[in-house]
Amino acid sequence: MARFLVRRVLSATLTLFAVSVLSFLMFFALPKDPVTGMCPKNCNAERLERVRQELGLRDPLVDQYVGYMRGIVAGRDLGSAQGGHCAAPCLGYSYVNSEPVTSTLSRVLPVTLSIVIPAAVLWLALGVGLGMISALRRGTAFDRLAIGFSLTGASLQLYFVGAVLLIVFVYNLKVVPVQHYTSMLENPAKWASGLVLAWVALAFLFSAIYARLSRAQMLETLSEDFIRTARAKGLAKSQVYGRHALRAAITPIVTIAGLDIGGALGGTVITETTFGIQGLGRTAVEAVRGGDLPTVMATVLISAAFIVVANIVVDVLYALIDPRVRLQ
Amino acid sequence: MSLSPVDGVVLAELGAADSLVPVGAGDFVGRSPGQLAWARLRRDRTARVSGVALVVFFVVALAGPLIEKVYGVSPQAQFQDALDSFGMPLGYAGGVSGSHWFGLEPHIGRDIFIRMIYGMRTSLFIALAAAVITTVIGVVAGIVAGYLGGWVDTVITWVTDFALAMPFLITALAIVPTVTLRFYGPREAEPQSFRVIVLIVIFALFGWTGTARLVRGQVVSLREREFVEAARAAGVGLGHMLFRQLLPNVWAPILVAFSLAVPSYVTGEAALSFLGIGIIEPTPDFGAMIFRSIAYLQTDPAYVFFPGITIFALVLAFNLFGDALRDSLDPKSSR
Repeated sequence: MARFLVRRVLSATLTLFAVSVLSFLMFFALPKDPVTGMCPKNCNAERLERVRQELGLRDPLVDQYVGYMRGIVAGRDLGSAQGGHCAAPCLGYSYVNSEPVTSTLSRVLPVTLSIVIPAAVLWLALGVGLGMISALRRGTAFDRLAIGFSLTGASLQLYFVGAVLLIVFVYNLKVVPVQHYTSMLENPAKWASGLVLAWVALAFLFSAIYARLSRAQMLETLSEDFIRTARAKGLAKSQVYGRHALRAAITPIVTIAGLDIGGALGGTVITETTFGIQGLGRTAVEAVRGGDLPTVMATVLISAAFIVVANIVVDVLYALIDPRVRLQ
Repeated sequence: MSLSPVDGVVLAELGAADSLVPVGAGDFVGRSPGQLAWARLRRDRTARVSGVALVVFFVVALAGPLIEKVYGVSPQAQFQDALDSFGMPLGYAGGVSGSHWFGLEPHIGRDIFIRMIYGMRTSLFIALAAAVITTVIGVVAGIVAGYLGGWVDTVITWVTDFALAMPFLITALAIVPTVTLRFYGPREAEPQSFRVIVLIVIFALFGWTGTARLVRGQVVSLREREFVEAARAAGVGLGHMLFRQLLPNVWAPILVAFSLAVPSYVTGEAALSFLGIGIIEPTPDFGAMIFRSIAYLQTDPAYVFFPGITIFALVLAFNLFGDALRDSLDPKSSR
């Protein structure tokens, strides 16, 4: 187990390293002179040059990269125009937002977390529950309904579902306010009502996929010998289905859920754009558009980190759920 | 459920086979797995319905210019006189009428129906091209990694992991303007065909990993089989081994993956256009249309429905067909 973890963490670090190098090069190749985006209007040549110096854009690429990475690990000193010393997880300074990137992130990350975590709980409960029940009641009206639900959901688009939800609940019925983020600590009711449509839209689309998958998995598991044996031994149905079958059927779902949640935490770009909520995804999009390099780099790194970490968590969960899996 | 679901399928197959191919009494006609799958597919109602729907979509897309002629409205024509002073289409449901079947766009006043026909053309073309390219790359990478193993496998697996870790939308957002400006200056007009190629390349860069993983897994389990050993003993070359011996055995999952990849590129392209880095104006596109309609949800709610429902129907047809294909290719599956 420990050896496995060490190896996985090493390979994950390697992946993250590659992502950081590639995104560094890619965004460096962004055609827009990064400085123009960082220096608001009426910038004369002299000031532009000073910003370039401060950002170290005149240094060799390798030095810039090393400096950036050192900033993340140990913090570094930026020019006075960039707010002086930048403490440990230093991701640079954004001239567009006139603040350190970490401040921007600490503002928008809770927003994305508030969208994704409740939505994920909803979609897992709904999707897996629906899939399991319809597998156990195969061929009934409930099963057919669940299949219809999952086929519809799997073919719908988030921006369309979001638009329909907005039309119905915000503009016509007026039961839900225009979507926006309020801190949960500040006002839990407002927090929930300001994000509920995003949860519903995400949960609907994702649970459709999970219902489909878990139904297929459950059906496959139910036809296996150990289920028949368990029933033949005289175990109660609830025991067999709830413990033996569920445990075997759920492993592939854990894989997909891990990747989905990891991916979503890195920014629900479409959801945030549709509902006009300022989270990590929308921040990244705006940063790319505005040529805000430090913010772009940081958002890409964070989303990649979420995916990589989710991958490791999934592997560990696998071993916990399915005793047949041996980590080595 | 039946204790041995296989029996039912086999019986059904035998019965159907009799009706499909007239066979003399006592004669046995050998049928390839492909023929069996085709027979199963033809008997599947879902497959027939979704297949017909797909054919209709493709015909409509191909016949776009013809439809434009019959319909008599060009996708770029603006009908400002059919808009009120606020720029909203006159009449009900976004200006639906005999001459504008799906109504008009607010403010610009272009006909939505004909723009959707053309939108389907670009969408399907990009999706099909991307699916073909990613499947070819994925199959080659997967077979090579699975068969050769060792460091080749390690490298390819790591590259797929790496591609999965890159956030797709953000990376695409960064690549598109970069590449465009490398080829065309900031003042030059970018031709639409160039943007289409860029989109296909982006999908190719990110999309092949799924197929590669799938094929690799299949090949790893085939690698130790007798026929592979026999071929190796006979001294066949690597190319023959990979594409003559192994590939024919993994066709079924590849075909299914391909049929499910197409709709995912349809939606992916729409998503990129929704974010403003897909197809550029004035070329019609589903995603761009839906993005524009978000601003009019209150004033012209009908606008979002036409492209939204069309893309839903298109993707649903593909998904249903892909499922039916999977069932017909997999003798063990039963819905």
